[in-house]
Formats: sequence, structure tokens, C-alpha cells
Amino acid sequence: MPSFERRDYSLSGGVADAVALDGERIERRVEERWWSPEIPRATLKKLTRRGDREAWWNFAPWLLLLGASGLIAALSWNSWWAVPAFFVYGTIYSSSDARWHECGHGTPFRTRWVNELFYHLCSFMTLREGYLWRWSHARHHTYTLMVGRDSEIDIQRPANLPGIIADFLYLRGGPSELARIVRHAFGVLDGDVRDFVPEGERAKMIWSSRVYVAIIAGVGVWSLAIESFLPMMFVATPRFYGGWLHHLLAMTQHAGLAENVADHRLNSRTVTINPVFRFLYLNMNYHVEHHVFPMVPFHALPKLHEEIGDRTPPAYDGLWAVYRELIPVLIRQARTDPDHYIRRALPETAAV
Amino acid sequence: MSGTWIEVCRTDEIDEKDVLGFECRGEKYAIYNTASGFYATAGVCTHEAADLSMGLVIDDIIECPMHQGRFHIPTGKAKSAPACVDLKTYAVKIEDGMVLIELPDGTFAESTA
Repeated sequence: MPSFERRDYSLSGGVADAVALDGERIERRVEERWWSPEIPRATLKKLTRRGDREAWWNFAPWLLLLGASGLIAALSWNSWWAVPAFFVYGTIYSSSDARWHECGHGTPFRTRWVNELFYHLCSFMTLREGYLWRWSHARHHTYTLMVGRDSEIDIQRPANLPGIIADFLYLRGGPSELARIVRHAFGVLDGDVRDFVPEGERAKMIWSSRVYVAIIAGVGVWSLAIESFLPMMFVATPRFYGGWLHHLLAMTQHAGLAENVADHRLNSRTVTINPVFRFLYLNMNYHVEHHVFPMVPFHALPKLHEEIGDRTPPAYDGLWAVYRELIPVLIRQARTDPDHYIRRALPETAAV
Repeated sequence: MSGTWIEVCRTDEIDEKDVLGFECRGEKYAIYNTASGFYATAGVCTHEAADLSMGLVIDDIIECPMHQGRFHIPTGKAKSAPACVDLKTYAVKIEDGMVLIELPDGTFAESTA
């Protein structure tokens, strides 16, 4: 397999084609440049309305399922039943990533402290240190898939196929994220982090990283003390052994699509998925809609899709429709043509 | 601070719990109708200059439409990341059913020069 020179996706790497930063003015231009459909103000207000009830209808059963599956898994320890039991627990646990994301936008709960509580809980569960990733994700929304500016381009070109496969068990992203948490706990920050986390926020990030390390180390010590891996099966490791579904769903967000375009219809995907996956994934399958109007809470995204669907490319009909198109593109990027990508066709009615 | 009072709109042009954008001399302003009254702030987010008139009013908070940073409307105080720098606020008064905001005289320096 030929190897291609990897593009420099770092924020501090001085990428030639990165959008130039010029203080507030360029950021204003970027914000104004993104495609945005016209929606009646009253409709948008209705879609963005906040309430705790809709969020609890998702988060309460999620917590119950997490607790129940964890209890069953613990009771099945030392038997073969533990394998399917922890598979289920780990899968539910890893859907904390979708909750980290949604709470980071502050959209699910109207009550702020509840939103923040779930944000930090889920940040820890999914191993994304909360203060760091709030800033990283803000950057992602400003510069979605703009090389050298977006800190969250997960599937880079040329595609790293072994890495993509390894991430079904979080074996590519997980260790590097853990290493970053440990570095930050010791106060060691790399250039990219300095690029998007303001100086005034770094102390909170460092102390939060120390709490993460302390909890994980504490559970590790507990496991050693009782000479059982069981405690470790409930903290941090589920994000690895149960990460398959989140990776399967999250890959559909941007992988294989256009870079350096100011139109979320071209660099993001919307795909229809079954209700169980939508429950676990908090409707992030409506990813074009989420990027176009990030202040719309997860439960209103299907309605937003109905509202603007005629101005966006058609939604993919299921995960298979995405992967049937995506897999050959990633292989082609890796083997012969690193610049190849999926070009989404815009509907003719898409002017506004 | 002395300034010039500018008519912005009729009071009934801003729904309750909503925000309206207003532009004067190339500067954007956001005018709010909240339960505690009318307020005015700078119209762009101090984080990355998103248009706050497209944002969401929740009680006395304005939430930026782009990154969901939050500001306290009456004081302009930044309440949650990624908003860290406070918004400028402007005095508001209601006269004959019209909303007026007071802009600093410097805003009109060009016209008086």
C-alpha cells in the first residue's frame, strides 16, 4: 500500500491553506459565511425552547438502564454471562459521549446546574476533560472541518484505516486522550490546546484533569487491593470495550466529506437510524441540522429537519447507506487518492 | 455618561422574551424585551462575534446562537463559557410606545466632525 504524506491537521502547525485568523474580524467573516437557511423567527423560537421535561425523558431512563445493566453485569462476574452483560453496560456507558456533547451546548436542560452536572459527569465517563473540550468544541463549530483550524477532525486524510477500525474499541483516540489528561494534570499543555483554550480557563482544565486522574487511579488501587479487575470494569474501561456503537454512529457525522467549505450541508451528514440508537445518540444523526442551528436541543432536531429538509441534501436512509458509500471512499483515500472525498449534491431549491 | 437617545422600534415590535437586532453607524446592538423590562446590549457576542439578535432569551439571559455562551442581559455580564468577556450595555427608555437607547456621543463623532 503506498504511503502518502499526511496533511498537517494541527492548529499550531502553520498549515498553508488554513483560514487566516485575524482577531475578531475574520471570525465575524467566518460566522457570516456559513450557509444558514431562513426560518421564521417564531418557528426558530419554538424549536429552541428549553425545558427540563424532554431532557429527563431521555436522561432518566438512560441512568436507570446504566444502573440496571451495571448491576446485572456485576452479578454475572465470574461467569460467561458477564460478557454480554458488560457489552450492554459498556455500550450504554459509552453513549455518555452523546450526552457530553449535548450538555456542552447547554441545550438539553433548562436548569443550568443540572445541565452542568451531567456535562461534567459525562465528560468524565467519555474521557473528554470538560473544560478543554468545551473550548475544543466551540472551535469545531466555528471552523467545522477547516484544516488547521478545527481541532476535532477525527477522520483525517489520507484515511488511517487501522486507526479507524481500532477506534471501535477506542484504541486510537482513547489512549491519546488519557495521555493528554495525565499531561494536563501535570500542567503540561501542547500547542494546539494553547491555541484554543484561553489562558484564564487553563487552571480549571488542569485541576479538572487532576480529579480525573485521581478517580481513575483510585479505582485502579481499589482493584489491586481486592485483587479483582471488577471495579475497573465500571470506570473508564467501558468507554473502550463498549465504544463500538458510539464510533459507528459518530463516524457518520463528517467522515469522508468535504474539508474547507463553509456549508454544513457539504461537510456533515444527516442519516435516519432506529429509535433505540436515536435514544442513545440523542438524535445527533441529524448532524447537518445540529451544525446549522446548534442552539436547537436534541429533541427538536427531527422537527428542524422537517423545517429545512427541502434545502439540504437528502438524509441517508440508514447506517448501511452511509457505510456503503463511505468505506470505498476511505479505502481510496488510503490507497490511491488522499484528496478524494464525497461530494454532496445540494437541492435546486437550496438558495435560502 | 452623556449620550444621544436613538429611537429603535415600537415596543410591540419585540415579542416578550425575545431580542431584536438594531444597527447604527455600522455597529450592531441587541434590544431585549424581558419580564423585568427592556434592555440593550452590544449586538455581537464577545467570544466570536456571532449575532446575538439570532440568540435565545431565557429569562434574563441571552444565549449566543453559535456556541451557546451566555450573558446576563441587564448587566451584560458573561455567565458561561465560551463567553468570558462582558457585553457592553446601554440605557433604554420607553417614550410614547417607542423603545429608545442611549448611545455614547462618540458613536456620532464622524457626523459632528
